[in-house]
Amino acid sequence: MTGPRATTRTLWPWLIGLAGLVVLLVLPLGLARYGLYILSMWAVMTIAAIGLNLTLGYAGQVSLAQGAFVGIGAYAGAIATTNGLPFIAGLALAIVLCFVVGWLLGYPALRVQHHYLAFITLAFSTLAFLVFRNEEWLTKGIYGITDVPRPRIFGLSTDGPLAFYYFCLASLGLVSLATWWLIRSPWGRAFVALRENPVRALSLGVDTRRYTLIAFALGSVLGGIAGALYAPLVEFVDPTPFTLTLSFNLLMMVIVGGSGFFFGPFLGALISVLLPEWLRFAHGYYLMLYAIFVMALLAWSPTGILGIVQKLIADRRTRRASATRAAATATFTAEKSS
Amino acid sequence: MANLLNLLISGLATGAIYALVAIGFTLLWQTSQTINFAQGEFVMMPAFFILAALHAGVPFWLSIIFGVLISLLLLGLVFKKALVDPMLKHGVLPIAIATMALSIGMKESVKEFFTAEAEPFPSLIPAGNVNIFGVEVSLQSIGVLVLAIVAVTALNLLLNRTSVGHQMQAAAQNPTVARIIGVPVERMILYTFLINAGLVALASVLITPIYLAKFSSGEVLGLAAFIAAIVGGFNQVRGAIVGGLLLGVIDNLGAAYISTQYRGAIPLFLLIVVILFRPQGLLGRAEERTV
Amino acid sequence: MTRVLEVSDLHKSFGGITAVDGVSFHVEQGEILGIIGPNGCGKSTLFNCILGQLKPSRGEVKLDGEVVTGLKPHEINRRGVSRTFQLLQVFPQLSVRENLILAGQEHQGGMLSRLVGPRDAGLGDVAEQMIGFFNLGHLADEMAGGLSYGQQKLLDAAMAFMGGPRLVLLDEPAGGVNLTMLADLKQRLAAINAEQGATFVVIEHNMDFVMSLCTRVLVLAEGRVLAEGTPAEVRADANVIAAYLGH
Repeated sequence: MTGPRATTRTLWPWLIGLAGLVVLLVLPLGLARYGLYILSMWAVMTIAAIGLNLTLGYAGQVSLAQGAFVGIGAYAGAIATTNGLPFIAGLALAIVLCFVVGWLLGYPALRVQHHYLAFITLAFSTLAFLVFRNEEWLTKGIYGITDVPRPRIFGLSTDGPLAFYYFCLASLGLVSLATWWLIRSPWGRAFVALRENPVRALSLGVDTRRYTLIAFALGSVLGGIAGALYAPLVEFVDPTPFTLTLSFNLLMMVIVGGSGFFFGPFLGALISVLLPEWLRFAHGYYLMLYAIFVMALLAWSPTGILGIVQKLIADRRTRRASATRAAATATFTAEKSS
Repeated sequence: MANLLNLLISGLATGAIYALVAIGFTLLWQTSQTINFAQGEFVMMPAFFILAALHAGVPFWLSIIFGVLISLLLLGLVFKKALVDPMLKHGVLPIAIATMALSIGMKESVKEFFTAEAEPFPSLIPAGNVNIFGVEVSLQSIGVLVLAIVAVTALNLLLNRTSVGHQMQAAAQNPTVARIIGVPVERMILYTFLINAGLVALASVLITPIYLAKFSSGEVLGLAAFIAAIVGGFNQVRGAIVGGLLLGVIDNLGAAYISTQYRGAIPLFLLIVVILFRPQGLLGRAEERTV
Repeated sequence: MTRVLEVSDLHKSFGGITAVDGVSFHVEQGEILGIIGPNGCGKSTLFNCILGQLKPSRGEVKLDGEVVTGLKPHEINRRGVSRTFQLLQVFPQLSVRENLILAGQEHQGGMLSRLVGPRDAGLGDVAEQMIGFFNLGHLADEMAGGLSYGQQKLLDAAMAFMGGPRLVLLDEPAGGVNLTMLADLKQRLAAINAEQGATFVVIEHNMDFVMSLCTRVLVLAEGRVLAEGTPAEVRADANVIAAYLGH
């Protein structure tokens, strides 16, 4: 795990972020329906991955249940909106539900850590899937909920793919800003302390129990928000997308991008969601290539792509510093000898 | 009553297969902190190695030998050298995630290079029933149980009665000390990977005739083995056996007497309860290995 | 004088082994109490029991006359008791400044104010002073993990003072620190003691450090108090000499 703040010291991340934003705003104008759908899916998955990055990357709590929260959010949104409630009500329901369930899922983390925590969250994730599949009175079981409506925002319809894409992008923007605020607030600092050394944090007055629960709850809420957007994006919700595989995929996105880096989830979701579409010539082979890529990347750098970038920057800085030092020494000795 | 006995025996048979897979799972954890999320796919693959040979016209028995050898090579040697070894220094999580990626890779390769459909798979054991104390029990179940017991007994003899076995245990319990007293720890770890490959190949041959060969069939099995290993005791071979059998029986009884919809939930609850209140597992030692 | 800390008849056993066996002592306001004793005599266990990291088997800990036995470490810390650990414990992926702010941020306001309030939780100036005081100015924005051992040790000590504690328990602050830095550290501690009237309890092996810094010394052996007095008295105590020389 590498720190959140090291990459933010230079101006480069901001320039790249700005360039990325411009691309995200302009690119879709030239895209067909399917392209917009994929780009919207990227935004949705990024939100879910940001949530997991908060829980895992910053607060250091392993979770294999993020996919289940996307599912809970999707069902909450779909059930609310197909019953005539506005999108905002579905979203609120998703947020409240995920906050409560996420908070409760945090309790095991107070007793067990690391791989045991991974196993518990894995079990929870599978249980949630069983509920989605079996509680037909609520979720319509394997037949799924059809015709999930897209919301009207300030009186504007988001039925069209472009409008809905911008809606997803705006949501991602808001989530990013809120997360950016959060990780730079004292809470974010406490999360990192919890990840790096809970015993020391406790001795400094940090209520590690409460921060652990908060980390789980907030991470889960972002999963729920992603779900509430997923439902109107696909316009159909059934249990199949919310198996353990989704949780694994979200975890891989976070790790591949760079766990504990603000931009990690953006990059991870990009590779997981967008790249397969651009590499369509490789169709079935793509997932195989992706798997090999993930394995090779982890063998090389367990801190993900941004971990590599950070290391390169740090190396260059050290080299420059030592060059300056060497130059200074050279001048110094030259002056002395003259 | 007869029905119950039948359920019990078929449950034990399924459980015995879970146990084989779970034993391999705990061995990898003990010797190299590898939580293999692809263990289910490791069971799915050998069936396809064998099917590949069969489709090429190789006789069944020779195909099995071929499948086992390929499994030892790919799921044992190559898995260790190419994936686990380079990542060992990074800790538990990166390896675990890499095995998630591996499981995706394996499923996709089978789908892409072989088939996305379920394939029938010939059985080693003839069909039919056998009469035990007046109860008709399927020969398949008995055969699976017997073969699994033979395999586990052989493994136990190897681990507890031979010097290689003792060295393997030493390497698992305390690699540093083992190295000092001259145990070739690296080779011992490799052996455990080969044993795991052998166990999953055996499990594959036993279970595939029942559930057919399909790229996704590892998902359920992997989860079951995984739960069995943890419930029994993550750091113990004995625990994996008990956990596997217990889970098999619970699974079958649950399917018969409780709703089939939520039979999958029982092992999951069991898993959560065990982790929270007895994280070392039913039979596990309280202390974790320290490295 | 007021008693900041009062420990009475504290016991702690692990299984059959008794690590702390009926220790009683007190610390007066403004005092620097040293605790010395051979390895394994229960010093660190004593600290952990006082601070809530371990639950004592028997006995009582009072802060300002109020019983705090059984409180959680963060609760005791928020009552103005901070500590350092024997092994280095800074947060390597936070900068020096962030480490210091973290060490103080939980001592004021509510949870919500820490989310919506200022980033530095209003501690920027205090952190800046502390950085200056411990001569860490040129390192303020470096990651703590990149500092030298001695620098991290200074940061570790500085963190203990961020919350404006009334009582600081230092577990081997001099361990592994080079001589120059050691003198520096001692001077800082003495200054804080003199200027702010802060009270210290110091566990240390380095006799010179203890004898020159502390006003009173407690000697532990096998979980019990062997001797207590001024540095001069303790040095002359026959029991202490015997324990240290192993007679």
